[in-house]
Amino acid sequence: MKKDFLERPETIKLLWRLLYILCALTLIPEIFIKRHGHFGFDGFFGFYALLGFLSCVVLILISKLGGIFLKKDPHYYDKK
Amino acid sequence: MNYIPPAWILFFGALISPIFLPGARKWILILTPALAFLYILNLQPGTYLIVHFFGFKLTQIRVDKLSKIFGYIFTIYGFATGIYSFYLKDLKQQISSLIYMGGALGVVFAGDIITLYFYWELMAIASVILILARESKNAVNAGYRYILVHIAGGLCLLAGIVLYINHTHSISFVHFTHQNLATYLILIGVLVNAAAPPLGAWLPDAYPEATVTGSVVLSAYTTKTAVYTLLRGFPGWEILIFIGCLMSIYGIFYALLENDMRRILAYSIINQVGFMITGAGIGTAMAIDGAAAHAFAHIIYKGLLFMSAGSVLYMTGKSKCTELGGLYKTMPYTLLFGCIGALSISAFPLTSGFTTKSMIIESSVHQHLIWAWLTLEIASAGVFLHAGIKFPYFVFFAKDKGLRPGETNKSMLIAMGFLSFLCIFLGVYPQVIYKILPYPVAGYTAYTPSHVITQMQLLMFSALVFFLLLPLLKRTDTISLDTDWFYRKGGKYAYIFFDKTLNTINYYVDKFIISIVKLICSLFSDFIANIALFIFVNIWIMRGLSGKRLEIKKQTLYYDIKQDLMPIGIGAAISGIFLVLIFILGMKIW
Repeated sequence: MKKDFLERPETIKLLWRLLYILCALTLIPEIFIKRHGHFGFDGFFGFYALLGFLSCVVLILISKLGGIFLKKDPHYYDKK
Repeated sequence: MNYIPPAWILFFGALISPIFLPGARKWILILTPALAFLYILNLQPGTYLIVHFFGFKLTQIRVDKLSKIFGYIFTIYGFATGIYSFYLKDLKQQISSLIYMGGALGVVFAGDIITLYFYWELMAIASVILILARESKNAVNAGYRYILVHIAGGLCLLAGIVLYINHTHSISFVHFTHQNLATYLILIGVLVNAAAPPLGAWLPDAYPEATVTGSVVLSAYTTKTAVYTLLRGFPGWEILIFIGCLMSIYGIFYALLENDMRRILAYSIINQVGFMITGAGIGTAMAIDGAAAHAFAHIIYKGLLFMSAGSVLYMTGKSKCTELGGLYKTMPYTLLFGCIGALSISAFPLTSGFTTKSMIIESSVHQHLIWAWLTLEIASAGVFLHAGIKFPYFVFFAKDKGLRPGETNKSMLIAMGFLSFLCIFLGVYPQVIYKILPYPVAGYTAYTPSHVITQMQLLMFSALVFFLLLPLLKRTDTISLDTDWFYRKGGKYAYIFFDKTLNTINYYVDKFIISIVKLICSLFSDFIANIALFIFVNIWIMRGLSGKRLEIKKQTLYYDIKQDLMPIGIGAAISGIFLVLIFILGMKIW
């Protein structure tokens, strides 16, 4: 069976590249604009990129950890 | 000049619905919200329709900018759900959604807390029908739990209202300035409806079990009337900042764990309402504006997301991420509209989320609330993770499960198209919202170069993390335990606990008492005979009796006493001795 455009490995590779490029593109304009942080520690270059990256990693890890205790079989509540 | 409450327009629609055939009835669902919208548009600020009720003057309508903005969005969204459910023929769902929407309008236009309470309870009753109407075992059970939680919350609210009226002799619904038992009870009652943890597990429990159109309707009103009530009654209550921030993270945490697409969206309601409640807690003009604007935008994009999830459920009959995937091939429009909703909730520039959410975050900066600000920024990144990418990715892309349902029906697509248009329109022309906000915003603009860039950084790097950590996010066919565990399983465990411990204690106490009673019984059954024997045997021994004669005398005496065969003379003698004894003892005492 012929694979769909979005399922081909070369497309997926391309999409990955596109994602990296987009991430880089969001950083470039910050070089040209003057941005002042609100609280002193948030004024450095790429703060929001770092914040987005770190907070998502932490959120995923925490929820993964929580899942060990909280995830149950779908019939959990039906069981006697 | 006097008005009728806008809610009555929808109630009228509900009232006349049964006499129309299904073909005409569905138009009522579209036309009455539209009519109510035009009506609210022309309401002049002020209070109207004062009704006397048991000595109280109830203000049925109070019109100001805060009630109007919620009135607009409730009716606009009602109009959209009317289009969405155009295919529906179920009379009870149609009637209950009209009453439910009417109840929500009643709450936001109520000028006093008694009127508010009346509409508040009406919403609970009407909304449960949208859950029960699915008629599955899960839906009936979830609906039952839903109404119990709302009754409990409603009673808390009522207790607070009664205390408040007792304290202040006022029923007007204005900013509650005193923090006491009365206002805290009201706050708890409202927070139940706002789905604040640990009181909010009813939402992800019940909404995903509702009918396709039911969950679309439900997603907008209950939590947002609670947000309205908080904005009106509790602005600046600092505890709300904490609760709001907690909700914004709590929603993400659970949405990342969930497998059911509508449950993911349900948790993201909690996350988004968290932003609004934080805004209420900050309580400055800008924060209130931001929360109201965000509620406005949120109803549209969350409704859009629920609509696209509803279309998938409608077409495939499935709602678990583990059973969905690859739907982009056959449901391209649903995908497109779902993605617009996903981008809006993630606050991408040029969407409505960007122009409204930023006001709340900005207001936290103005108040130097560093932790609130940081939490909201983290939550903003997390929103993109769970609602922005996870929902569309696992439903429409991911692994193709071979489902080929085809595109959903036209009315659903039109409704989604309408809301998608609004998402983008409000992102490009935010002035439309800014103009109707409770406090005039002077010169606020979301589109500064640094804001656009930093927001894009936040979002793109969140997306990067999603795809880098995709193996960790692999869906499993599971449910996640929330605080509803305490009344779903906890009740059962409490029963077992009490059964085991109390019944064990009961058993041993029973045994103990019975053994004591037995002992006493045996003691007393021979008590008299034993005393008599003790006295007489000693006398007989002193008189020199022994051996076989003593034995025979002992047995005769024992037998006589046991059988009550004592000669009358002995009885009389004993009585005489007894009297003499009493006499002597009495003498001694006196």
